[in-house]
Amino acid sequence: MLNIALPKGRLGEKVYGMFAAAGFECPALLENSRKLIFDNEAAGVRYFWVKPSDVAIYVERGAADIGVAGKDILLEYRPEVYELLDLGVGKCRMAVAAPEGFRDDSDRTLRVATKFSRIARDFYTARGRDIDIIHLNGSIEIAPILGLSDVIVDIVETGTTLRENHLEVIETIVPISARLIANKSGFKFKTEAIERLTAALDKGGKTE
Amino acid sequence: MVVEDRVLDAREKIGFRLRGLYSGYGYSRYRMSKFEEYDLYSRNRDFLFSDGVITFTDTNGRLMALKPDVTLSIVKNGKDTPGEVRKLYYHENVYRVAGTADGFREQTQVGLECTGDLKRAEIAEVLKLAAESLRLCAGDFILEISHLGILEAFTDALSPNAQVKQMILECAGEKNLHGISRICRESGLAEGAEEPLKRLLGLYGSPRAVMPAIRQLAAENGVGDLAGELGQALTVFTGTELESRIQIDFSATGNLKYYNGIVFKGFISGIPGCVLSGGQYDALMRTMGRKDRAIGFAVFLDLMERLTEEAEKDA
Repeated sequence: MLNIALPKGRLGEKVYGMFAAAGFECPALLENSRKLIFDNEAAGVRYFWVKPSDVAIYVERGAADIGVAGKDILLEYRPEVYELLDLGVGKCRMAVAAPEGFRDDSDRTLRVATKFSRIARDFYTARGRDIDIIHLNGSIEIAPILGLSDVIVDIVETGTTLRENHLEVIETIVPISARLIANKSGFKFKTEAIERLTAALDKGGKTE
Repeated sequence: MVVEDRVLDAREKIGFRLRGLYSGYGYSRYRMSKFEEYDLYSRNRDFLFSDGVITFTDTNGRLMALKPDVTLSIVKNGKDTPGEVRKLYYHENVYRVAGTADGFREQTQVGLECTGDLKRAEIAEVLKLAAESLRLCAGDFILEISHLGILEAFTDALSPNAQVKQMILECAGEKNLHGISRICRESGLAEGAEEPLKRLLGLYGSPRAVMPAIRQLAAENGVGDLAGELGQALTVFTGTELESRIQIDFSATGNLKYYNGIVFKGFISGIPGCVLSGGQYDALMRTMGRKDRAIGFAVFLDLMERLTEEAEKDA
């Protein structure tokens, strides 16, 4: 039986659709119930929903054999997992955004508000830019408007929220999408089952 | 006084079994000082498993470190032994920041280091001891073996840029083939240039199943001799009970500044992380001014707390 951690929410439902299309369905998963774990013994899968940012932890710690996590989470937390497939869904980008017309003054330390401290630090370290990271847990866009930061590093999907707040993307750091990840130890002992599922997703379930 | 088995926890039992195994193969015990000069670790930070080192100023003003690693200490305190082989094992606590956790943790390791004028036989013996160590921990285990020389040759062929190579090697360690393609595309490499490397990473499994294809692919890419070296080392398992527990997997990587040649990792069913890690580290010896060759591994005993009784009984 493969234990699979899916991210709660719209992305998770879309991803489950891909698993189902690939032959690993479990209809009870989409029913409105208080159940937490859903089995399909015939298909050899057991699903459970977890907070999207926790999927990588469940997989790294072996509570799940495989899972689906955003590349943003993988880059930020660097879990010890295999990244088997880019599922091509949940596409967005990690970007630097600033108030419209912003010009970086390299004489001053750049104040960067973000939820993704490691990604921001790695990005600016590679450029030798001195920065002050302001770690926030949400509503990042408000930081430069209130003068808390000069720029933000955040996930940008359509850019609508940025535009409505007179912010604009000044640089893309990395494209983001959902990835199929596997526990390294679990992969050794359930190789065939994980390979079969990965191949089926790659062939049929994966969308562009 | 006889210590009854039932009073020992899983870590202690396994620790004593492993010490018995290594001393039976002629390894003598290395006892490490709790404190070493910090300079040793600061010069070799990349070799350490974690960034953090606990430091303090000694009464004579020297900056000291509470041992974060045993191998570095053995290499530093040893002397070259031309024409001879030195075999040491250890059972020590080290102090590290564990994974993504906050703060330091004390971790118990048992391991061995074989240095000196190493020939095939010594390398094969260490591989066998790694597999035997796993067997003494639990019945269901896998020892995955890779060859960094082969992996490096395939990445060298892609790009001379050290940063690009490093990113490709990180993807290799994650079995992230789509990531390798993306890096190659973004680095302006010829389309399809990464295919040989992707083929190599796709060749994992038992030596019997994948070694012929690895030999052929390696020969096509100018490193047939290294594949021969790997195949030769693996013959130590041929026809033994351990053979079914051995897998070749080039996603088992290591820091190229220290490791070279054969590297390996051990896994036990039911334990989420790697419980044994090791390999040839001639490169580290050169970095530290030593001429000897070296190979060794460590077993991470703290992870054995998670072993089920059934798994232990199978050992």
